[in-house]
Amino acid sequence: MAPRKSATVSSRKPSAKPAKKDFNGGTIVEFSKDEDLKAYREMLLIRRFEEKAGQLYGMGFIGGFCHLYIGQEAVVVGMQLALKEGDQVITGYRDHGHMLACGMSARGVMAELTGRRGGLSKGKGGSMHMFSKEKHFYGGHGIVGAQVSLGTGLAFANRYRGNDNVSLAYFGDGAANQGQVYESFNMAALWKLPVIYIVENNRYAMGTSVSRASAQTDFSQRGASFGIPGYQVDGMDVRAVKAAADEAVEHCRSGKGPMILEMLTYRYRGHSMSDPAKYRSKDEVQKMRSEHDPIEQVKARILEQGWASEDELKQIDKDVRDIVADSADFAQADPEPDVSELYTDILL
Amino acid sequence: MPINILMPALSPTMEEGTLSKWVKNEGDTVKSGDVIAEIETDKATMEVEAVDEGVIGKLLVAAGTEGVKVNTPIAVLLQDGESADAAAAAPAKAEAPADAEGGKARPATEEPTAKTDATVPAQPKTDVAADPDIPAGTEMVMTTVREALRDAMAEEMRKSDDVFVMGEEVAEYQGAYKITQGLLQEFGARRVIDTPITEHGFAGVGVGAAMTGLRPIVEFMTFNFAMQAIDHIINSAAKTLYMSGGQMGAPIVFRGPSGAAARVGAQHSQCYAAWYSHIPGLKVVMPYTAADAKGLLKAAIQDPNPVIFLENEILYGQSFEVPKLDDFTLPIGKARIHRAGKDATIVSFGIGMTYAVKAAAELEKDGIDVEIIDLRTIRPMDLPAIIESVKKTGRLVTVEEGFPQASVGDYIANQVQRAAFDYLDAPILSVAGKDVPMPYAANLEKLALPNVGEVVQAVKAVCYK
Repeated sequence: MAPRKSATVSSRKPSAKPAKKDFNGGTIVEFSKDEDLKAYREMLLIRRFEEKAGQLYGMGFIGGFCHLYIGQEAVVVGMQLALKEGDQVITGYRDHGHMLACGMSARGVMAELTGRRGGLSKGKGGSMHMFSKEKHFYGGHGIVGAQVSLGTGLAFANRYRGNDNVSLAYFGDGAANQGQVYESFNMAALWKLPVIYIVENNRYAMGTSVSRASAQTDFSQRGASFGIPGYQVDGMDVRAVKAAADEAVEHCRSGKGPMILEMLTYRYRGHSMSDPAKYRSKDEVQKMRSEHDPIEQVKARILEQGWASEDELKQIDKDVRDIVADSADFAQADPEPDVSELYTDILL
Repeated sequence: MPINILMPALSPTMEEGTLSKWVKNEGDTVKSGDVIAEIETDKATMEVEAVDEGVIGKLLVAAGTEGVKVNTPIAVLLQDGESADAAAAAPAKAEAPADAEGGKARPATEEPTAKTDATVPAQPKTDVAADPDIPAGTEMVMTTVREALRDAMAEEMRKSDDVFVMGEEVAEYQGAYKITQGLLQEFGARRVIDTPITEHGFAGVGVGAAMTGLRPIVEFMTFNFAMQAIDHIINSAAKTLYMSGGQMGAPIVFRGPSGAAARVGAQHSQCYAAWYSHIPGLKVVMPYTAADAKGLLKAAIQDPNPVIFLENEILYGQSFEVPKLDDFTLPIGKARIHRAGKDATIVSFGIGMTYAVKAAAELEKDGIDVEIIDLRTIRPMDLPAIIESVKKTGRLVTVEEGFPQASVGDYIANQVQRAAFDYLDAPILSVAGKDVPMPYAANLEKLALPNVGEVVQAVKAVCYK
């Protein structure tokens, strides 16, 4: 089966559906210098962090499952640029990028990956289970699709309390086929809950391509029967993500109910560390990396605009590398949890 | 200093692999993320990506080499200004210290294991307060279990705006079993919320709201339907406090009828006490009397943990004395001696208590003086109360409506034989539902449930009478 056009990230121009006149879905709004530099730095931090996590996994410092976010950085960084204090974020198991973008410390995340006491969950959660009350990050969930109902609950709480915060529920093209997603869509639309459903369509649910798993591959339309507006966004272009996020956030904050944003993105690495990657060609991966890399796009723009010199970008690279190296050193040197932690945090 | 690139592991269990191909050669410049080599095991092939930037100084392992041990240096990466000669002479500095101060890298040859050198710490004991004294002269009001549950919710909702109730038919319909009668009128639609028939979804919504600090009461029309939601109850509600290192949990109550009603067949007639009692991170309450229903539901709503509150349809209409007090709350985790006795102990809970109470009356006629312990809370279980009683009577019978295998009674029997083996004068017997799906036919349903006669026989058996 030939891939549908909507499921490819074929150009920088997003293929947002102009379904509603009042929504400009994927319009690219040019970034200011500050925005581009911030996006560059944040995305680079995630990339370098994940590369280091992959390395530590290979060395046996990180156990169990480890799902890397490399390639998808523009999605979470662009969304985060549209949020304000108190807005909540929840996602599935590919969560390291979300946590860094939420401002959670690289040390805390990396030390959790190595199962050490300085980890965000004291070493008791692991890669897929981290939280931060302070940063309004509600996990980190290992059950595919669970975060969609929980994220709807976060929005419910905002509406119940009468504040104007929104919640962002991220999930993948695989989770989009779970039943509870539609139970949640129904309630969110019924009660006009301020939740943005972000489908990170990276084209593969583990090793199963979208076209082999989904009857309707345009995930932005998955809320149609509930009247939830949805748009496809070029998830490799952080400007398109930010523009869509701004409009979706405004939509939710003003009490109009939920919205779906389908981010057309791509993961460069395997589903997890032990992915043989037999389900896609190396050319496909290489083409995406060389033509649509979210970080390279920003870098090229910065240089073209003269917003920073090569040397200044190198300094950013070095700063980021230092943060990551520090987190890795910490995560290896930090002691494992005290054995007394076995029986703590079960009940309050 | 030159950096050694090590043979990576593809999985926690990988010990060695084949270095099938070098993608970069000596002298090539590499950036972070560049693929430098391909390795494979019998299960998978994987690309090795550079983490650091530099120039490949030396390839230490030839392409095609099999059996390369994990963490063996396979190449040397040179930094600015370093030479390949320096690399050859460089000490083998691994990127990560092999025995970092705080812990060791897991050797790839070692399977993950629960065993450690450290002694496993003992499970901490928790003290639970005794029931509050009821002041002399307190008026006792005959109340149905149904009204007691409603009163408990209403009182807690008056106390805190964070408390709300959601579920199917809880508002306009006034509750499928009329437990939420009048709540919509008093508290309005914002706090008494009719949900669509969507257990998995609204359980998740409730848990999400609870994670922000709200205190939802989620009513399941029956706990049979909660099986659609059990993932959120266990994976999202019960485990979050632990997985977050104590940062956030879910102060939520899941309540509704559990167990057989009358003639509703297999899919609507199951007791979930044993199921939920299996899960660390949950509290499980199953009251018998109206006073306990009220006092414990108030405690459940106040509790910062997820609480499973198992009711029973048959008990809803039964009346008991409830003390007329402003804030009558009972401790979760405390059993109650329903009837003191010296010859044998019966432990039961919820509707099981109806069999125990009637059996005790019959046994009294035969001169057997039974002590009945009403567990009230299944988890955390008040084992000391049971053990103390068994040490006195030397004989124990457990009574419940749930299935017999891995039942609550089985757990009690295990714990009691450990703690009071020398005190037992007879094997512990358990009376439970029969090991069959609940039949519809009236005669078969009656057979499938425990009955008073079985309890009487069991007690006589342990008394050798």
